[in-house]
Amino acid sequence: MTAVFGYYLELAGRSLRRHVVLTALMIATIGFGVGASMTTLTVLHVLSRDPIPGKSHELYYVQLDPRKAGGAAPDEEPESQLTRADAEALLRAGRADRQAMMVGGNAAVEPVTEGAASSALPASMVDARWTSADLFAMFEVPFAAGGGWTAEDDARAARVVVITRALAEKLFGAVAVTGRTVRVNGIAMRIVGVIDRWSVSPHFYDLTVGAYGIDEQLFAPFSTSRALQFGRSGDMNCWAYASDLEAVGAPCTWIQLWVELGSQPRAAAYHDFLVQYSEDERKAGRFERPPNVRLRDVTAWLDHKQIVPDEVHLQIAIAFGFLAVCLINTVGLLLTKFLRRSAEIGVRRALGASRRSIFLQLLVEAGMIGVAGGVLGLGLAWLGLWAVRHQPTSYAELARLDLPMLAATVALAVASSLCAGLLPAWRGCHLPPAIQLKSQ
Amino acid sequence: MLHMKDVSKVFRTEMVETHALRRLTLEIRDTEFVAVTGPSGSGKSTFLNIAGLLEELTGGEYRLDGVDVSRLDDRQRSRLRNEKIGFVFQSFNLIPDLDLFDNVDVPLRYRGFTSGERRRRIEAALEQVGLRSRTRHYPAELSGGQQQRVAIARAIAGAPKLLLADEPTGNLDSQMAREIMQLLEGLNAQGTLVVMVTHDPEIAGRAQRNIHLVDGVAADLDRGPSLIAPGTAAARPTA
Repeated sequence: MTAVFGYYLELAGRSLRRHVVLTALMIATIGFGVGASMTTLTVLHVLSRDPIPGKSHELYYVQLDPRKAGGAAPDEEPESQLTRADAEALLRAGRADRQAMMVGGNAAVEPVTEGAASSALPASMVDARWTSADLFAMFEVPFAAGGGWTAEDDARAARVVVITRALAEKLFGAVAVTGRTVRVNGIAMRIVGVIDRWSVSPHFYDLTVGAYGIDEQLFAPFSTSRALQFGRSGDMNCWAYASDLEAVGAPCTWIQLWVELGSQPRAAAYHDFLVQYSEDERKAGRFERPPNVRLRDVTAWLDHKQIVPDEVHLQIAIAFGFLAVCLINTVGLLLTKFLRRSAEIGVRRALGASRRSIFLQLLVEAGMIGVAGGVLGLGLAWLGLWAVRHQPTSYAELARLDLPMLAATVALAVASSLCAGLLPAWRGCHLPPAIQLKSQ
Repeated sequence: MLHMKDVSKVFRTEMVETHALRRLTLEIRDTEFVAVTGPSGSGKSTFLNIAGLLEELTGGEYRLDGVDVSRLDDRQRSRLRNEKIGFVFQSFNLIPDLDLFDNVDVPLRYRGFTSGERRRRIEAALEQVGLRSRTRHYPAELSGGQQQRVAIARAIAGAPKLLLADEPTGNLDSQMAREIMQLLEGLNAQGTLVVMVTHDPEIAGRAQRNIHLVDGVAADLDRGPSLIAPGTAAARPTA
């Protein structure tokens, strides 16, 4: 079988070399179609990939519905964030394996140099996250130095921060900076940990600040951020007037709560707990609607939020339409090529080749075109992604070929060319040999 | 070796039905040298295509070397064709972008021989037709007679029992035609059954037996009327 396949490869090579222009045209046709398709598919692939593999089915996003009863609709989606009162109550309840409440923010940060009256560097504005202690363990955040803060730090609103390696290097020119002090919005805070290289994309844990291209460089306790009245970012939804929208009792949702639940039974139990919590709050008069809760894992949450931009779906549809046109052209070119070789096919049939042999021989030739088209398509996809990276989109920097997409590109090219080769090969192997021999 | 009984072949289109062979019955033994003659449209090529398993018959029975070919699928027919039959065509039908070695190699590839065995057979076949020294030449570099000799080498490399030749000298001058006939006669002398379609009475005259076809029916000119299919038109000499 190997010898036969080798023979078909040899024949395909000869045939392709015989008609260089036609061969180049077919390779270019497949290559352009595959290149365009793989560029858009790669963008989709990076935009929809699992941001936290291995834990995406253990981390759950909590939703409750604390809104007024008026305007409620059956099967309505609950609020997408929590009120501060609910987030803090659920955090205190501690019914999950781990739990972290959080909100985005930003801060002016500058290093404090020992003995110096003021910082040598001007303050930098950085994206920040006000959260609670469990976040680092829940999201498996790697540390280059130190670690996260403790629950006690949360409880006493300690003036501690965790910064990224990039920020540490920018502020201090070093990574081992735990114990040193930075000013955050003018307040001195002690660095307890430096996060090593860590990027989460999509930014699943808070989509209100954006799904892609988010670069948070500073983390501090939520309680501290409230005590110091640090600014927050992201969406907020209120359904009644309040003088302080961020106060504990304010009728506003603006906080995310993630919980870690190690098993399905644990998740089911936590769901029941949320239902009971909602029921208790309704009885207490704080909630007006019947319990309406959601507990989605990372994958389900991202699916629900449909984070991939519509334009990407449109681009994929257009690219695959283009690939289809390319394939139809390739079918035509292959048909021409194979039917022009009807005499040779007739001779081979007379000398003992079965229809199946001819079919496989022609299909191997189509496959070889596909491999070459795949290599060209890879180059074009690489170029296409380079162009995407230069677009002003939030996900631009993510658009890079990885190993699975590299393999998928070649596979798509070969599969496409084999599909394109099916009809021509079928027609070729069914040419009546007697007529072809006579027509020579 | 080749046994046909009441073989018929009808070509049908929406408008026309053409009877290329009508209840053809004949038997050809292992070591014969048979010439098939007849005017254009008499069914010679159809006969050769059916004998060579390139076309299926419409009716009747055809047994090749004891095998009822009507029961075979395409793969089995191809294998039988590859193992038992060699073809020589009027226009040689060499594959132009393969050199002589690779042209002779074509049927052997489908036979599944090892590389060494193929090489041995190719060299022996080219030696037999006097072209051993030109294995890496291409068909376009050879004369018509040399190309036909390559075609014969290709036909005999697999040691077939039956050699089907369709006007093998039709495109050659008389000197080359004689050389080709000597080759075919030599092969027949070595035990290969040769069935040759020809228009040329002189060439036909060199065969041991002459079957004349008219309108799809046959007259066996050298064996008397016993093998002439019933209800046929009168046979006539080919001279």
